[in-house]
Amino acid sequence: MAKVLVVTSGKGGVGKTTSTAALGAALAQSGQNVVVVDFDVGLRNLDLVMGAERRVVFDLINVVQGVAKLPQALIRDKRLENLWLLPASQTRDKDALTDEGVGRVIAELKSRFDWILCDSPAGIERGATLAMRYADEAVIVTNPEVSSVRDSDRIIGMLDSKTVRAERGERVEKHVLITRYDPARAARGEMLNIDDILEILATPLLGIIPESQDVLKASNVGTPVTLNNAESAPARAYIDASRRLMGEEVAMVVPAERKGFMDRLLGRRAA
Amino acid sequence: MSMRLLRLFGGREATAPVARERLQILLAHERGLLGQSDLLVTLREEILAVVSKHIQLDPDKVMVKLERGKTVSTLEVDIEVPNNFDKKAAGERRMAG
Repeated sequence: MAKVLVVTSGKGGVGKTTSTAALGAALAQSGQNVVVVDFDVGLRNLDLVMGAERRVVFDLINVVQGVAKLPQALIRDKRLENLWLLPASQTRDKDALTDEGVGRVIAELKSRFDWILCDSPAGIERGATLAMRYADEAVIVTNPEVSSVRDSDRIIGMLDSKTVRAERGERVEKHVLITRYDPARAARGEMLNIDDILEILATPLLGIIPESQDVLKASNVGTPVTLNNAESAPARAYIDASRRLMGEEVAMVVPAERKGFMDRLLGRRAA
Repeated sequence: MSMRLLRLFGGREATAPVARERLQILLAHERGLLGQSDLLVTLREEILAVVSKHIQLDPDKVMVKLERGKTVSTLEVDIEVPNNFDKKAAGERRMAG
């Protein structure tokens, strides 16, 4: 049974595209047939993070409008043969997407893949609502920061009301993915901690991605972080998250706290 | 200045509890407002219907707002009425009577 999963957040710059690429690659690495779909029409970036920017010929809009067939627009990953990309258009605007057209493309993708990961644009307008419209599950990417948590709350409300599933009285399975987490700062009370965020959003946790230079390094070279350095802390966190998406029970490892010199000297403990 | 000195000596402000509290208050407010939107639509329609019995109104000039306070909330109804409303109302009343 194919699953449609939207990676969304409301707020921009929290790591939706990075997370889509990393989770998509991690699912493909464990043998699933995966397509990652860029819904950020006009400001596409998933192609760049996936390292496929020079191979884009046709895009989602072309398929929605019937200018190209789906197989013409799908780009196969160079490293994993069961990972594919459906890029967004760079020149058109989001109004070129229609509800009916997106529904048709998603239905066709469902017949070909196990997982359809929809990378949502920021905001709550057409692109974002269409990215979540046909979702069975949602990953809400959240930074431990007030504006991100507020926007995630808003997006959760939309997932519960504006999706096809919600309109049918069914549930979209929602998961919070906390990115850019710094356990040391959270322990010092300088950053919202995991429990605070989960309590406020009242949504289960999919994973905790630590703040790491490996994420930037991977995007620099156009490789999902789980493929670029599978042993790095963020890659391990994404791989664990992908296993939870497949229904496995994986112990939630909060990235190790490294205590600073002053903390150790003063014997300060987590608040 | 004293805060800076304090920080210099390793004492840091724990700002996360402030963030948490602000978010909880804000989101309780925002969820309430979004959840109440149907009530507001109903109120607006019914107020419009009642006032329209007596005064001819432009439906676009009727605003209904609910502001939630900690202990008391206020319902603000703002209706723009055309200046010649009393003539029309009087005319209608004469015709009805």
